[in-house]
Amino acid sequence: MTLIKTTYNRRSFLKTTTLAGGGMMLGFSWLASCNPTPEEVLSMPEEWFEINGFLKIGENGLVTIMSPNPEIGQNVKTSMPMIVAEELDVNWDNVIVEQAPLNTDIFTRQLAGGSQSIRQGWQALRMAGASARRMLMEAAAQAWQVPVGEITTEAGVLHHKNSGKSAGYGEMASAAASIPVPEEVQLKEVRDFKIIGTPRRNVDGLKIVTGQPLFGLDYRREGMLIAMIAHPPAFGLKLKLVDGSAAKAMPGIRDVFTIKTYDEGYEKQWCDTSAFTELAVVVGNTTWEVMNAKKALRLEWEPIPEISEDVTQFGGNKKDIKTPAGLEDSNTHAAKMAEMGAKAAKAVRKDGDPEAAFRNAAKVIERSYSAPFLAHNCMEPMNFFAHVTADKAELVGPVQTPEFMEKSAAARLGLPLEKIDIQMTRQGGGFGRRLYGHFLVEAAVISQKMNAPVKLVYSREDDMTFGAYRPAYHATYRAALDADNRLIAFHVRAGGIPESPLAANRFPAGAVDNYLAEEWSLDSNITVGAFRAPRSNFIAGAEQSFLDEVAEAAGKDPIAFRLELLERARTNPVGENNDYEAARYAGVLELLREKSGWEQPQPGVHRGVAAYFCHNSYVAQVVDIAMENGSPVIRKVHAAVDCGIVVNPLAAANLSEGGIVDGIGHALYSALAFREGAPEQNNFDKYHLIRHNEAPKAIEVHFVKNEIDPTGLGEPLNPPVVGALANALYRATGKRFYEQPFLAGKPVLG
Amino acid sequence: MAIFNLTINGKKQQVDVDPSTPVLWVLRDHLNLAGTKYGCGIAQCGACTIHLEGVAMRSCMLPVSLVGNQSITTIEGLSEDGSHPVQQAWLEHDVAQCGYCQAGQIMNAAALLKANPNPSDAEIEAAMSGNICRCGTYTRIRAAIKTAAAG
Repeated sequence: MTLIKTTYNRRSFLKTTTLAGGGMMLGFSWLASCNPTPEEVLSMPEEWFEINGFLKIGENGLVTIMSPNPEIGQNVKTSMPMIVAEELDVNWDNVIVEQAPLNTDIFTRQLAGGSQSIRQGWQALRMAGASARRMLMEAAAQAWQVPVGEITTEAGVLHHKNSGKSAGYGEMASAAASIPVPEEVQLKEVRDFKIIGTPRRNVDGLKIVTGQPLFGLDYRREGMLIAMIAHPPAFGLKLKLVDGSAAKAMPGIRDVFTIKTYDEGYEKQWCDTSAFTELAVVVGNTTWEVMNAKKALRLEWEPIPEISEDVTQFGGNKKDIKTPAGLEDSNTHAAKMAEMGAKAAKAVRKDGDPEAAFRNAAKVIERSYSAPFLAHNCMEPMNFFAHVTADKAELVGPVQTPEFMEKSAAARLGLPLEKIDIQMTRQGGGFGRRLYGHFLVEAAVISQKMNAPVKLVYSREDDMTFGAYRPAYHATYRAALDADNRLIAFHVRAGGIPESPLAANRFPAGAVDNYLAEEWSLDSNITVGAFRAPRSNFIAGAEQSFLDEVAEAAGKDPIAFRLELLERARTNPVGENNDYEAARYAGVLELLREKSGWEQPQPGVHRGVAAYFCHNSYVAQVVDIAMENGSPVIRKVHAAVDCGIVVNPLAAANLSEGGIVDGIGHALYSALAFREGAPEQNNFDKYHLIRHNEAPKAIEVHFVKNEIDPTGLGEPLNPPVVGALANALYRATGKRFYEQPFLAGKPVLG
Repeated sequence: MAIFNLTINGKKQQVDVDPSTPVLWVLRDHLNLAGTKYGCGIAQCGACTIHLEGVAMRSCMLPVSLVGNQSITTIEGLSEDGSHPVQQAWLEHDVAQCGYCQAGQIMNAAALLKANPNPSDAEIEAAMSGNICRCGTYTRIRAAIKTAAAG
């Protein structure tokens, strides 16, 4: 067993244990429907004993494990408690899971982002389970007057072999709650895992299929009012005048007014992104009445001035963010991006002498790639419940950044942090959109103004046209081959509006003697934010499409070509800051080659391959396309993934399949275009999201088996599949695809 | 405002609402049945799918005044306890990721199987392509429909 010090967040275990003191603790489930109903192995206990902030045990042995992080569909509400249960050593059937509220005293990093929940929660979750197990063992040792070292556990039962004594965890829970938190704990060996690595179904599965009110939009409170906002129709405009008299006179309407999301002079943090910080608000009794009244608002707009403001970035640095005035247009954007791609930009990394290598090359290949803005389009539109009174704020809803938005809300409401209570609902998708929680602050401000509980609801149109979009991107690549078809130089120049997608130290950096990476960006007043696998979601596809062309020009098999480069990076890397392990990278390609039957071509099936490393995980994919009636049909996608230990293989496969469908869908069909500053798409009749008939007919995901600590899975499947798709489309159609969406203009099914 | 007498999940319900109110909002705001979801409001995403006399229907553009005596079934009434074969198949395949669209997917799949107990792949695609799943669970949805059909 691994012996480790319980230093990580130990303070919080101590604090809660002292508070609990062995007495009864009431569950803090705020939503009646959230009352857990486990598979009926044990009934609900009469008393709960809190062992630490992560878990409590009933007198009958039932265990409640708190799931600390926001659940946006990435399955953390099942997989994070599985890790606690593993080290606690209980039967998973006797575990119920509750969503923890925001509590920075107990939990660390209550954030859904960067595919980091499992990776960064791994140690704390294991320790939470292991230290509780140790406290139960010590309680039993004291009760039985035997050395604690002689106590063993199995599936929620404590044993002492010599005396023949045994007791369920429930019997020792009261005593264990008073045991001091151990200084160090033993963690299980990977080979002893009984829960981690086994398929476990979603803990909310039954509630989801029976339509229980789990989501933010479903939340209700006695006396709650409904609020909706109206915002400018275009980026680059702000509210000038509101005439709400007609709206206010409509049935069921309580009030019409304007709000400012942030105070003058407030210094924003990264997640305060909001294009429209002054809004018209309609408040009424029911959603339909408010929707109708919103149409009766008479609003006038005016141009915004150029703005320059300091924004605290993730990690604490401040950055001057420039927001230009004007109404922007996608055609102008495309022309400007092409212009930037054609001239020298800021060099971020240079190895060897790339220009000399290009001059001396036998063959030079140059290609450019681009992708449009995208809206996140969570199926559950943005919303939040707020009940703000003179001395506290109760905020309930879907947000990926509760611990950050708590600060924004406290500053805006003039309340201390401890008076802001944020509870997280299940979230109808996140994809990065709910990192930017301006809607939480808006709801709080509206509730404060109305002096009543209020649920703020965005219409689909509000959601799509008031976004924090995936930026528009552009990349130009050049490759030089010598007379023996070896890759001697590689050059990438990548930029975007308003950020560059470049990751200069990723493959093929480290595998090519002469390498140059440049970046550029153009300011914009269109608000952007993280979108599932930020930057990688574009640059991976571009790079992997380009490598396919280079391999073809070199007359090499695309997998063999990549493996050759990775072998160079592994044995004799160029430069020192290469952001990947070449052996693991090659490992997924080799697994994929075997599992996809790459070397046994099938008639009528056109295949493309890609591989990428991002968010700490390695992924390789093959897309199989067949032409049916002149149209490409995705028969199958094969994936090989190295994300270390797989906590829950069932959910991991599902999430991987979702990432693949997401990546393919956006690359083929989706775009948010702007005319005169206004988004041209505002609902699903115009915005093409991938649908059932367009999805791959089959997806097969293979995981590399190893004992490396787990890394993320929410994002890494999404980026490379764009490249595999483009490469398969080329083989199916004879045409290379450089501009996303690849199948622009295909009609939307409704 | 007007009084409407509705039969929802086998129970008589009375609501006093504007006749233009879509059934979606009658269910969610007036009858506390939040399983039927708002996704787009223009019948393009399928999250609001209910059964009207056993037939799948988008409730977000269906004014309550047009319902008349037709019976409404929502996800809450598909079965008492999640035992409907489609719900069971959804659990077996662990279909949901975020779960938000799944009530609409299940209602649409249940109506499909009622009309066509053994649909082909093409028939499943034709019936299900009006329901968006942003998480991309389509392959599992197809597998679950086949399991429910076989069961």
